[in-house]
Amino acid sequence: MVEKTVQEINQKIKDGSVHVVTAEQMTGIVEELGPEDAAREVDVVTTGTFGAMCSSGAFLNFGHSDPPIKMQRVWLNDVEAYGGIAAVDAYIGATQLSESRGMEYGGGHVIEDLVARKSVHIRAVAYGTDCYPRKNIETEITIDDLNQAIMLNPRNAYQRYNVATNSSDRTLYTYMGTLLPNYGNATYSGAGVLSPLYNDPDFETIGRGSKIFLCGAPSYIIGEGTQHEPQNDFATIMVTGDLKEMSREFLRGAAFHGYGATLYVGLGIPIPILNENIAKKTGISDADIITNVLDYSSPRRSRPTLRKVSYEELKSGTIELDGKEVRTSPLSSFFMARKVASTLKHWIEQGNFMLSQPMEKLPTDTVFGPMKQTKETPLVKDVMSRKMITIRQGKSVEDAAKLIMRGQSTHLPVTSEDDRLIGIITAWDISKAVAQGKYDKLDRTMTRRVITATLDEPIDVTARKLEKHNISALPVIDKDGKVIGMITSDDISRLIAKRNGCHPQAPLEGKQ
Amino acid sequence: MDATHRHLSKENSRENVVFRGDYDMKIFLRFAPEINQEPHISEVILETGAKLNINKASVDAVSGEVVVDVPDEKFNEVVKRFRSRGVEVSILEHPVILDEDECINCGACISVCHVKALCFKDDWSIALDEKRCNQCGACITACPHGALEFS
Ligand code: SF4
Ligand code: SF4
Repeated sequence: MVEKTVQEINQKIKDGSVHVVTAEQMTGIVEELGPEDAAREVDVVTTGTFGAMCSSGAFLNFGHSDPPIKMQRVWLNDVEAYGGIAAVDAYIGATQLSESRGMEYGGGHVIEDLVARKSVHIRAVAYGTDCYPRKNIETEITIDDLNQAIMLNPRNAYQRYNVATNSSDRTLYTYMGTLLPNYGNATYSGAGVLSPLYNDPDFETIGRGSKIFLCGAPSYIIGEGTQHEPQNDFATIMVTGDLKEMSREFLRGAAFHGYGATLYVGLGIPIPILNENIAKKTGISDADIITNVLDYSSPRRSRPTLRKVSYEELKSGTIELDGKEVRTSPLSSFFMARKVASTLKHWIEQGNFMLSQPMEKLPTDTVFGPMKQTKETPLVKDVMSRKMITIRQGKSVEDAAKLIMRGQSTHLPVTSEDDRLIGIITAWDISKAVAQGKYDKLDRTMTRRVITATLDEPIDVTARKLEKHNISALPVIDKDGKVIGMITSDDISRLIAKRNGCHPQAPLEGKQ
Repeated sequence: MDATHRHLSKENSRENVVFRGDYDMKIFLRFAPEINQEPHISEVILETGAKLNINKASVDAVSGEVVVDVPDEKFNEVVKRFRSRGVEVSILEHPVILDEDECINCGACISVCHVKALCFKDDWSIALDEKRCNQCGACITACPHGALEFS
């Protein structure tokens, strides 16, 4: 039986006799010596992760201007920070986008620029009061001009994360990166063997008040993170630290194409090896950590799980999906996770970082519930029109033109003998074909890769398809691929207008 | 673009062949508007018998830019033929450039590269095999850190 206390370990840190290893090294040690001897041998195991953590941000205090202003809305490099707290405090969130640069620059980049001690442009507006008369201010600051810059991240260090892939025939741009069509790749996140929360899954040493490594500065766990769900191995923590002490090496703004901005955060937790039970848990390997592969082509809350996979398989570079070898990409950096764990190890060995006893355990039973929605989400079947004209394959472009002229719709689904959808032809396709002098066969003029809607699809999903592909109408198909209706952007805008109790300014442009 | 396309003068073209070793070389061709109408690439292939592999082409009514892999043994001859047709030829040394200061070695770029030009080294840092790259640009879009760009 090995029993140690945090105080005893701190004494060893002080006298320089502490034995620290990283969680990656610990796996081999536990395997070789067994948990009991490993616990005798090792005092502290350091963990680390470095990945995109969208739920991150910082509280900033600017000090008072003269005359003073009660900043109602405030922007840093054109990225809005939340100003609804007192007069000159604001919270800059990692995912807020720049109003002038769009998705390529956001709150995460502002935080990086602050930490890099770059000059940041501040702009604020106010309504003016007797005590705060000023209504506008513009200035340039660096982090050193702020009274406080305190990172406070509501949800960091996910214990593990789902793997993303895409079964559809189109590339998706998500917060899980670029997902190529037809299971063209799979992306994952998390440090596996080095994952802070996987090395102490029952929170025997990690809790409220634990001292940790956050972006290069000694920092603290505040408590459970939002969406904390330990029973499904999706535990998270809320953390805080002094932004002024952090370093750009362990903190980076990032932008996912088509999704937006985020912040890469480096976070490491030291785990005191108080007994063999804790030693055993820190002996976890990539092969022991299992996660789910989800199909991100489903735009719904619960995405289908395709299979389970270990971090060992993910890190091998390919996983098997649907009988096919699919290449994997991490989004988090294992190279940097190692650096976090080894930097923390070094700090402890040098006597620069003492361990803290948590004041309270993290809860082990919380669940991550869905949003309560009080208004029903309208579905395609509530909005679509069932009256529609289609054209059979084999007809001519001229036939199609006549049908379009006769009917109301500018979109004509092309069907096979058994009513299945095989293409679509629009007034625009016809004009183009005529202009180019190539308009004999329908087959050659129609679009084959048709974007479609289904009956039970929420109209928000359909609206996104219309917007993304810049089109104004979609055929609705049943599960056999038969066309049963059409849904147009006009149908949707009318419904949204009704839902919001107003009239649409102008219906979406009718072009495809 | 010019900083990374080493322009070949007649004197140093031989040196470059030696320097590049025995794999295929990438060249960047620019077709001026007045010569853009003719099938230069097909004709150079026919004349030299070299298997030219077109990586990337942007050709419009006015001018054209094409990246081509050239087998080493035919390199000098191919370059000479293009030149004599008035095509501007330069060596493409770095098809994409990796900015090490921005790169955090995440690997988000790896699985989108269809020619496997990107991979992890043993220490989990990223490696780019430039000679495989055909400038499709997928990794540039996929990189969350803006660490990759065309030369
Ligand atoms: S540009 Fe394309 S081919 Fe070249 S490295 Fe990037 S993804 Fe690979
Ligand atoms: S995606 Fe960008 S940051 Fe990540 S490894 Fe590739 S080049 Fe580096």
